[in-house]
Amino acid sequence: MADAIDIVELGGVKEGDKKKPRSKEKRLDIACQDAKERIHNYNEVALGYSPKEAVAESMRCLECPKPRCMVACPVHIDIPTFIGLISRGKFHEAAEDIHKYNALPAVCGRVCPQENLCEAACIINDTNPHNPIAIGRLERFCADYHFLHSDGEHAAPLKPATGYKVCVIGSGPSGLSCAADLAKMGHKVDLFEALHKPGGVMMYGIPEFRLPKAIVQKEVNYVRSLGVNIECNVVVGRTLPVKEVLDGYDAVYVASGAGYPNMMGIPGENLNGVYSANEFLTRVNLMQAWQEGVAGTPIRRPRRCVVVGAGFTAFDVVRIALRLGAQEARIVYRRSRDEMPGRGEEIEHAEQEGAIITVLTNPVKYLGDENGFVRAVVVQKMELGEPDSSGRRRPIPIKDSEYEIPCDTVVVSIGQTPNVLIPSNMPGLKTRWGSIIQANRETYMTTVPKVFAGGDAITGAATVILATRAGREAARSMDAYLRDPARAWYPPA
Amino acid sequence: MYAITSKRTLAKGVIEMTVQAPRVAAHHKPGQFVIVMSDEHGERIPLTIADSDPQKGEITIVFLEVGKTTIQLGEQFNAGDSLFAVVGPLGTPTHVEKFGTVVVIGGGLGVAPIYPICKGLKEAGNRVVAIVGYRSKDLMFWHDRIASVSDEMLVTTDDGSFGEKGLVTDALAKLHDGGAKMDRIIAIGPPVMMRAVSEKTKDWGVSTWVSLNTIMIDGTGMCGGCRVHIGGETKFVCVDGPDFDAHKVDWGEMFARMKGYAKEERMALEADHKCKLAFEALRR
Ligand SMILES: Cc1cc2nc3c(=O)[nH]c(=O)nc-3n(C[C@H](O)[C@H](O)[C@H](O)COP(=O)(O)OP(=O)(O)OC[C@H]3O[C@@H](n4cnc5c(N)ncnc54)[C@H](O)[C@@H]3O)c2cc1C
Ligand SMILES: Cc1cc2nc3c(=O)[nH]c(=O)nc-3n(C[C@H](O)[C@H](O)[C@H](O)COP(=O)(O)OP(=O)(O)OC[C@H]3O[C@@H](n4cnc5c(N)ncnc54)[C@H](O)[C@@H]3O)c2cc1C
Ligand code: SF4
Ligand code: SF4
Ligand code: FES
Repeated sequence: MADAIDIVELGGVKEGDKKKPRSKEKRLDIACQDAKERIHNYNEVALGYSPKEAVAESMRCLECPKPRCMVACPVHIDIPTFIGLISRGKFHEAAEDIHKYNALPAVCGRVCPQENLCEAACIINDTNPHNPIAIGRLERFCADYHFLHSDGEHAAPLKPATGYKVCVIGSGPSGLSCAADLAKMGHKVDLFEALHKPGGVMMYGIPEFRLPKAIVQKEVNYVRSLGVNIECNVVVGRTLPVKEVLDGYDAVYVASGAGYPNMMGIPGENLNGVYSANEFLTRVNLMQAWQEGVAGTPIRRPRRCVVVGAGFTAFDVVRIALRLGAQEARIVYRRSRDEMPGRGEEIEHAEQEGAIITVLTNPVKYLGDENGFVRAVVVQKMELGEPDSSGRRRPIPIKDSEYEIPCDTVVVSIGQTPNVLIPSNMPGLKTRWGSIIQANRETYMTTVPKVFAGGDAITGAATVILATRAGREAARSMDAYLRDPARAWYPPA
Repeated sequence: MYAITSKRTLAKGVIEMTVQAPRVAAHHKPGQFVIVMSDEHGERIPLTIADSDPQKGEITIVFLEVGKTTIQLGEQFNAGDSLFAVVGPLGTPTHVEKFGTVVVIGGGLGVAPIYPICKGLKEAGNRVVAIVGYRSKDLMFWHDRIASVSDEMLVTTDDGSFGEKGLVTDALAKLHDGGAKMDRIIAIGPPVMMRAVSEKTKDWGVSTWVSLNTIMIDGTGMCGGCRVHIGGETKFVCVDGPDFDAHKVDWGEMFARMKGYAKEERMALEADHKCKLAFEALRR
């Protein structure tokens, strides 16, 4: 860490000086690749702060003694402390401080729905509306800076070895966070991943232009540097039978995510050109089909693409379709714009890039050509009725409103549920709705002794930061369980 | 990494490889497959585990050079090299119990995958009648191995250069017409062959099972790319199969889906070929 930082030149505060927060100033925008340019490449859209910009933004923070932002962050990152360190030019220390709370800051800084979490709670909103501190961008800055200027490995000493062996299943954010914490506590951790690269949805789902894969692999290397043994190509329940896992380890954390794609079960859904979002995303992200000439796995380049759904996934898919050269890429959503679950920034980015959004419309069947390829989707118009159990107004089909949208590609992005492989191979493991693993929300214990579970596997598809939080809290609970001489086991409430 | 311990050419374009994959070898059951990646940017392709040796930690795969990845494996990978990824054993194992007499049909490349199935069925106390079919004599392989795990074996060749002239379905029909006892039929081979068997046996009332070879990516139920209608219901071949009741398969859909990437596959192969030609021109 020999790089000299002249904090005065960067506009920050010198050691010992008092900070004068500039909270009345506007929040500093992040530079973005121009929409016309970026739809021709896969490079990151949001470019990140320079050191000077990061310091300037950090100087707006009041470093509140009772920080509301920290309460709202699901993993309770000590936000005023790390932002204070940025203001004083201590970028590495800031990164290390964040690592105490979050093993994946470069990821969370990029993909967390901050506008609903830490940033929504920032006190500056009260006096300077819509201008909270850009906490996510600062978090990303620290992590990126640290990776760029150091080997990115864990520096602090670990606790002495406890002699306990723990198995973590799945290398998404939940599994990685849990493994990292358990390793820091001195336990020996083996982490098994079914795919050939660790990272879970961060590798196969979220596209390169929102979350560069090199960044995910750096976070993974950080977890490895803690001594976690990560083995890929191991499908627990097949390559490694569940019984061997139960016999071989003192405790187990199941973080197998929600990777099973939902389909609608309407006629024509198995035509060529109709994809589940997972297949489309896996081909493009994990198998790098966008890099023609490099990747072995093909993707058919869509010309007219219809994406069904309006969540995180649907917006990623529509933006990929545009980058693959689609002349028309359209979101079809059965409710109205107000109900769209996607992140504000993503919706805005997608529209800038030319995505069309057709609301209050639902597919009823797909039409194919003589070779079994999709040529159109028949949709039906909808209107909103009374609120349903989720509190959102229920879409009701309008009679005789069907019409055809011509297309050569359809991507069904209506959500995922957990894979049944582990539940169906683990006797006694209780699930809800078929495959969602039942676990206590405080202890993360399941109905099987010594087995804990968290992340999307127990909630259904959620967010990176909630999966991370589950991993961290489960690690604490597992540590207590391991150290308890009675190995007390409380079945989930 | 998964080291290749041996490689040999069984017939033109048919390669047998043994690969170090101890975890896979330890748990393999008949009918299961692995997903193989040649290198970091390669495709994930499904190949049946044709044999396994848990002591040595090895599995055997047999493949036909048909496209980009299989040709690359055949031409550029040798004993001593390593494969980037081998994942398995995947899929639901073939249902093995004492049925009585089981006719097991292997066509072309399908001869390799029926070896562990015949072996398993025989160990379970069945009478195993194997029918193996090839295009011609010079494409024959593993018939000796099949003979060692079956009670009776019939060989057919399309051109009559060995055994009976004709297709496996001809031999099957002959057996049936001769009044042979059949409690179950299992057929593995090119989809056209499996469909032909299915059509033949439909009226016989003999339970017939096939192993579908759809396009796959993950092999764990995550992508849905392998899906096909079975008895009116969408199934994922990699986890619900690959074995299915032949009479319930939507063969039209199965054929259409297998051609889903024909154009892209041809382009990939041509691109590979052009690279190689350019590379050779450079060397000269
Ligand atoms: C396209 C897309 C975009 C998204 N965008 C965002 C976003 O911007 N912000 C956000 O916060 N969230 C986003 N999400 C949601 C977020 O990615 C997930 O909530 C999060 O990744 C869940 O983490 P997890 O660790 O529980 O599971 P996962 O990330 O799903 O990881 C589970 C891992 O377990 C492995 N596994 C499963 N079964 C086995 C087995 N039997 N043996 C071994 N390994 C197994 C899987 O291969 C996988 O790698 C997005 C999701 C998608 C699909
Ligand atoms: C469960 C299962 C077991 C299989 N076992 C064997 C085996 O033991 N030996 C063997 O030689 N082949 C086997 N196959 C088929 C094998 O996977 C394909 O031959 C291989 O993927 C072709 O890849 P390629 O890149 O060489 O050819 P490509 O250029 O990709 O394609 C050539 C042809 O192969 C078909 N094909 C392409 N990708 C796949 C795929 N992922 N799955 C199935 N077919 C595909 C295409 O329809 C095309 O006609 C099996 C397939 C499945 C699903
Ligand atoms: S992890 Fe997410 S919620 Fe927490 S501080 Fe970072 S961006 Fe905000
Ligand atoms: S609430 Fe806002 S101003 Fe206060 S510490 Fe958090 S980020 Fe800084
Ligand atoms: S291969 Fe992906 S679900 Fe079967």
